[in-house]
Amino acid sequence: MIKNVYIYILVMASVTYLIRMLPLVLSRKEITSTFVRSFLYYVPYACLAAMTFPAILSAPAAADMPMYVTYAAGAAGFAAAIISAYKNLSLLKVAVIACAAVFIVERILLLF
Amino acid sequence: MNGKESFFKGLHDGVPIGLGYFAVSFTFGIAAVAGGLSIWQAVLISLSNVTSAGQFAGIEIMFAAGSFWEMALTELIINLRYSLMSFSIAQKLRRDVPFAHRFLVAFGMTDEIFAVSASQEGKLHPFYSYGAMCAAIPGWTLGTLLGAVSGSILPDFIMSALSVAIYGMFMAIIIPPARKNKAVMAVVIAAMLLSTLFAVVPLLNKIGSGFVIIIVTLIVAGIAAAVAPIKEGES
Repeated sequence: MIKNVYIYILVMASVTYLIRMLPLVLSRKEITSTFVRSFLYYVPYACLAAMTFPAILSAPAAADMPMYVTYAAGAAGFAAAIISAYKNLSLLKVAVIACAAVFIVERILLLF
Repeated sequence: MNGKESFFKGLHDGVPIGLGYFAVSFTFGIAAVAGGLSIWQAVLISLSNVTSAGQFAGIEIMFAAGSFWEMALTELIINLRYSLMSFSIAQKLRRDVPFAHRFLVAFGMTDEIFAVSASQEGKLHPFYSYGAMCAAIPGWTLGTLLGAVSGSILPDFIMSALSVAIYGMFMAIIIPPARKNKAVMAVVIAAMLLSTLFAVVPLLNKIGSGFVIIIVTLIVAGIAAAVAPIKEGES
């Protein structure tokens, strides 16, 4: 059971809304600083990359599954995602291929 | 275009967005329930936040019992890009519409709704945004509901495979632009290496995952902005 769930939700929803609302309501001028514009341009890439790796390696988990299977399956899912994303496949296809790679590697390793 | 026409144009453009959201929020619903949230709580998060990366990071902090400050800072950093979008849309809104509309338009400022709004010719009517929101937000919320419901009945090994779905989607978002732009590629690789450092180096690995994301993002995006500033017209 997670404590204070509704306070967490209130905090995340309020911060997210304020970020969206304040510039719309307060500003009538456009940002001209090249540094700030560049920084905000790079933010999503840095953020999503940091969230993905190395977290993806320890993501696959099930009851009684050894850690080496988790890491191997995570690595396979990561490799599959990178390759299929590199080939410009759609969001959904990349996700499905990554899941399939995890599934296959887990099944093979758990045979032994 | 009047309000009604703008609304239906937004609704029309919002349908593919809503369908795309459905798949992502389905995964969110599964992840939320897998970590211990109730179905209703998962749906409430989607309905009140309407943001993918921020929500995934948010539930990670809940699962790790992080502080409210960690939650607030993480959401601030991850969603900072929305402020740039809101700045841009603030310029594009019609001046003759009542001020109050800006509060409502802000709620639906997602990457995708921003993209279709910014691509409209001339000034933007707030009813265009409302139309897009009316298609996109139900897709986001219903996807979460169905994901949460199926997440609580699916077997272990399916949940294990699905746990990487969101990371797959992240890669699908960042890898294609990284292929075309060397600076973006460097940012992606540097961010992954740096966050690995935070995961394995003693002491550094005691820092909460939310803060690691903030620190890595600030350092890597900051250096990239200084070393490789974007040219006008990009972004």
